[in-house]
Amino acid sequence: MPTAPHTAPPPGRRNRWGEHGLAWAFLLPSLVVFVLFIGYPLGRTIYLSGHANDLFGAPSRYVGMKHYTDLLTSADFRRTLVTTALFTVLTVVPGVLGALALVLLLENRIRGVRLLRSAFALPFAFSVASASVVFAVFFNPASGVLNGLLSHLGLGPIGWLTDSRYALLSVAVTTIWMSLGYNVLVLSAGIGSIPAEILEAARIDGASGLRLARSITVPMLGPNLFFLTVVSTVHALQSFGQIHILTKGGPDGATRTLVYSVYEKAFAYGSSDFGTASAQAVVLLVVVLACTAVQFGVLERKVHYA
Amino acid sequence: MTVTATEAGAGSQGGAEAPRRPRTRILAGRSPRDLLGRAAVYLLLAVAVVTVAFPVYYAIAGAFMGPSELSSYPPALVPHSVTGRNFAGAVDTIPLARQYANSAIVATVITLAQLFTSILAAYAFVFLPLKARAVVFGVFLATLMVPWEAIIIPNYLTLSGWGLGNTYFGLVLPFLASGFGTFMLRQSFRQLPGELRDAARIDGAGHWRFLWRIVVPLNKPALAALSIYVFLSAWNQYFWPLIITRTANMQTLQIGLTSLRDSEMADPGLILAGVVLSLLPTLALVVFGQRFIVRGLTAGAVR
Repeated sequence: MPTAPHTAPPPGRRNRWGEHGLAWAFLLPSLVVFVLFIGYPLGRTIYLSGHANDLFGAPSRYVGMKHYTDLLTSADFRRTLVTTALFTVLTVVPGVLGALALVLLLENRIRGVRLLRSAFALPFAFSVASASVVFAVFFNPASGVLNGLLSHLGLGPIGWLTDSRYALLSVAVTTIWMSLGYNVLVLSAGIGSIPAEILEAARIDGASGLRLARSITVPMLGPNLFFLTVVSTVHALQSFGQIHILTKGGPDGATRTLVYSVYEKAFAYGSSDFGTASAQAVVLLVVVLACTAVQFGVLERKVHYA
Repeated sequence: MTVTATEAGAGSQGGAEAPRRPRTRILAGRSPRDLLGRAAVYLLLAVAVVTVAFPVYYAIAGAFMGPSELSSYPPALVPHSVTGRNFAGAVDTIPLARQYANSAIVATVITLAQLFTSILAAYAFVFLPLKARAVVFGVFLATLMVPWEAIIIPNYLTLSGWGLGNTYFGLVLPFLASGFGTFMLRQSFRQLPGELRDAARIDGAGHWRFLWRIVVPLNKPALAALSIYVFLSAWNQYFWPLIITRTANMQTLQIGLTSLRDSEMADPGLILAGVVLSLLPTLALVVFGQRFIVRGLTAGAVR
């Protein structure tokens, strides 16, 4: 019945209040979830990091910065930070550069480019758990494919996950493989959005192959590469499943990253040391926020989107 | 026939020249050096594709191998006698059907809920007056920056405290809304012409009707992208289901896979069979939804 045109109110008069109320009603479900499961836990993590706790994890008394000063003076925690940084570099640098090389190779007017692109996107279907258990089978010292390959070359078996010299590298390789699909998708989309005329003009000017890549494609991909580097870094800092499945932080702490350390202190082996774990979680939070801040800072200044 | 194949092969590169120049001339190159470079490109790509695809191939091939083949040294790469025993074995070792259902329920509920909450919130940001719009939107964006792992302890304590540990509610509650989904849909909703709302208003359509009859149908691609993205992330979750569930019957498939590996047998055939089963829905989504996934993934990259 309210279809006659003249019954419609002039825009922006009626329901002004009602529309404001409606806006808040629409935002409310999301805001409730955010407050309960992001806002409150943020504050609570900081609170817990300043409190000692009993054996069951309940906060007992205020200890101020003690957990933080303990961490700073702990050789174990310093090692955890170094391992985290190393793991991040070992996954982000080869992951981004490898994906860049792949999408540049795919730009060479080759046959079956769509099929290849799909093949490179396959790892994207793997969850952290499924990729990790497949690689665990590869890394198996006795029956794994990797040591089988080595034996063909006349080399001795390597304890990929049990030798502290190789364990972090093995977890990193698994991670690179998992992230490759995502990285290739992001960079392919970036290349696809480079105006065809620019590439064509460069080709007419005689640029091809490496020269075209170096002076046109890679610079034009700058924003995408930057975005991908930041996202990969944040992902690497948050990596958990592959470490939990492949090495459990071992051997002898060689793959204990920040997130894994939080898990160990808070949840593993019946441990409920929520105070120390929360202090480590705050360190993680600060590091990740710093990365994100860098991203936003640079995006604001350097990158202009239409 | 040949022409279409050529154009498809050339992909997005300079549609202008595809009809004119026959592909063979491009391929042949102009000098031996070009030819050499071309060969190198193909070789490198071949190596890369074998490396990347091998784990996928081996997971599938290994799932059908018998135990003797999988533990042979050096390992077999092709199953000699295809067997389905691993799948039966995996089902016997863990409550696979139940865990499959758990994963499906959890991922579906999270996807539907995030769609609903994100649609409402995005609509509010685009089509409704809001005094503190910038501040509220800032809050939504800020939620994107908080690493979930850093706040997992209080969330665990909250949900356990509510008695929701080891329940479906415990598995889904924290993920019923997302700043990312709202952000992505807001970008999409904003592209609708403003006259659309005016026209609907003149026709007497209220916000509720305009939202579900006009805005939602017109934004199907963005909604599909978001659904696929959310479903994949929810299906693949690991840390949260690991700590919030206690019994095998409440665990999701991803945790089940791990217990296959940690079980006494640790039979690679069973593990790979479990992986193949867990991959079915995600592989289907990645293969058939790639177009949408790219859109979803890059929503944060290009604004």
